[in-house]
Amino acid sequence: MKKLAIMLLVAIMTCAIAVAACAEGDKPFAGTEITVYNWYDYIDLEVLDIFEQETGIHVNYVNFSQNEDMYTRVSTGAGSYDVIIPSEYMIERLMKEDLLEELDLNNIPNLENVLPSLRDPSYDPGNAHSIPYMWGTLGILYNTDMVTEPITSWNALLDERYAGSIFMMDSVRDTLGLALKVLGYSMNSRDEGELAQAGEWLLNQKDAGLVAGYILDQAKDKMVANEAAMAVMYSGDALYAMEKNDKLAYVIPDEGSNIWVDGMCIPKGAANKAAAECFINFMCRPDIAQKNMDYIYYSSPITQVVENLSEEELASTAMNPTEEMVARCEYYNDISDVAYLYDDVWMDILM
Amino acid sequence: MKRSWYATPYALWMLLFAVVPLVFVLWYAFTTPDGAFTLSNFAEFSKPRYAAVIIRSLKLAVYCTALCLLIGYPTAWFLAGRGLNRTQSLVVLILLPMWMNLLLRTYAMMTLLDDNGVINSALAALHLGQIKFIGTEGAVLMGLVYNYLPFMVLPIYTVLKKMDWSVIEAAEDLGANPLRVMSRVVLPMSVPGIVSGVTMVFMPAVTSFAISTLLSNGKLRLAGDLIDYIFNQSSNPNRWNIGSSFSLMMLVLILISIGFLRKVDPDNQGGGLW
Repeated sequence: MKKLAIMLLVAIMTCAIAVAACAEGDKPFAGTEITVYNWYDYIDLEVLDIFEQETGIHVNYVNFSQNEDMYTRVSTGAGSYDVIIPSEYMIERLMKEDLLEELDLNNIPNLENVLPSLRDPSYDPGNAHSIPYMWGTLGILYNTDMVTEPITSWNALLDERYAGSIFMMDSVRDTLGLALKVLGYSMNSRDEGELAQAGEWLLNQKDAGLVAGYILDQAKDKMVANEAAMAVMYSGDALYAMEKNDKLAYVIPDEGSNIWVDGMCIPKGAANKAAAECFINFMCRPDIAQKNMDYIYYSSPITQVVENLSEEELASTAMNPTEEMVARCEYYNDISDVAYLYDDVWMDILM
Repeated sequence: MKRSWYATPYALWMLLFAVVPLVFVLWYAFTTPDGAFTLSNFAEFSKPRYAAVIIRSLKLAVYCTALCLLIGYPTAWFLAGRGLNRTQSLVVLILLPMWMNLLLRTYAMMTLLDDNGVINSALAALHLGQIKFIGTEGAVLMGLVYNYLPFMVLPIYTVLKKMDWSVIEAAEDLGANPLRVMSRVVLPMSVPGIVSGVTMVFMPAVTSFAISTLLSNGKLRLAGDLIDYIFNQSSNPNRWNIGSSFSLMMLVLILISIGFLRKVDPDNQGGGLW
């Protein structure tokens, strides 16, 4: 009996010490490992080193270049990830299919740094599953040496003068979305007829020899190298390109466009959820968000970073669109239940 | 230990990574997502867009094979030539590009062929204007030929090297001119090498993937790209089934070409490289 009591005592004391160490130590997850699945070229890699130094958590960093690719790997369990960074419509879909863990917001106090306008979004009420990482718009980046008058409409993509010098995106939602928009429909259309018209618009553009290609990550470098007159592009890539080539300009066309948010989420069954939340919280720290924004040129949703913008940056359509421009834009909604309609039209353009 | 046991590691490897995946492909190709038997996956390919992709793939593969033969045969003939020293190092030069990853080689081609790439910069410096390569069928064809040419040269070289040169001397002694020696003696004797080379170029060319997307800026996609798209990006709930049925059709195409090879070259004299 006495022996048992002593053993119990020892056990309790050991536990107590361990708990105290967890609470007081600043590296509660030291020695653990998380896998972060992010867009290609979408972080300042130095940030990962800082995180590893500060927390002792080792980060496996892997990349994707399309939401749909990422979805395939997450939904089939092809890889196990602790943090993924999909766009809002994909977050909505992953939520619907119960593929995301609910976040413990107590572990992410830095959520209060996020701009109020981007907090508690319609696609994820209360930020229960996602914390905004970067946000931006979709627009046209053009070379002002080759295109002399300012572009205001998506119809510039049909301008014969720039035949063979227009890059479109290899991305079903963005490319079909802009065609829907130019025809006056919603970018979230579920109507077969509307989608068929959008497909026709894009096929006409392709068959007339206007399109230089359907690409994604290479477009910004081609624009920097003056290889094309215009390219459909996310605002962040446009900022990157404009930084390197001052003849480039970015516009959100008058018909309206897409506003997007990439959010940090934890997929169901993540091996190390608490450490993943620690990572998400870390990414919302102003100095870290600033580092990432300086490196990838996308707009950060962190208030302190926005307050730090220079006058030039505040005036930039790509970095800081006006409220009137944002009002013209719409979020993508999850359309996965009618995705086959999009797919059908898109394959006719792509193949 | 019996000699036949030596192949066990290889057999296990093949079982795991060739046979098992093939069974999966077969299973998915003939079932619905619920697991019920169906042939409807194949009906999907009656849609015109698939026909366009297959025709484009076949056309480019045929052009690629023909170009490889036109370039490769004289090269092999030159390498197998009698008076040539250091043949071995020349053969290594042909093989050298194959030591590098296919994607790297294709990226190198992009750098060469880009609108402001190496070739066009040189042309511009000489005031010769600009040639649009990237984004055209020609660029894709160049990429295919560049990547698969060694597969044509090597089997033909092997056959020519093994050829009995006294036969050619006999033809010359009997008064045949060089053209006649080539057409009546050398060419017929090298048929096994040609068949082997043609098959080894045609097969990977018709199923090639990524090269076309990269060199055409995503404008021209081939059968391999289509399969990639169906599996990785399509939102069709049957995508694994449709993708598998398409993969199976490509596999049958390859089996047919192997059958063709066996018929023309029953003793597999064409180097037996595969």
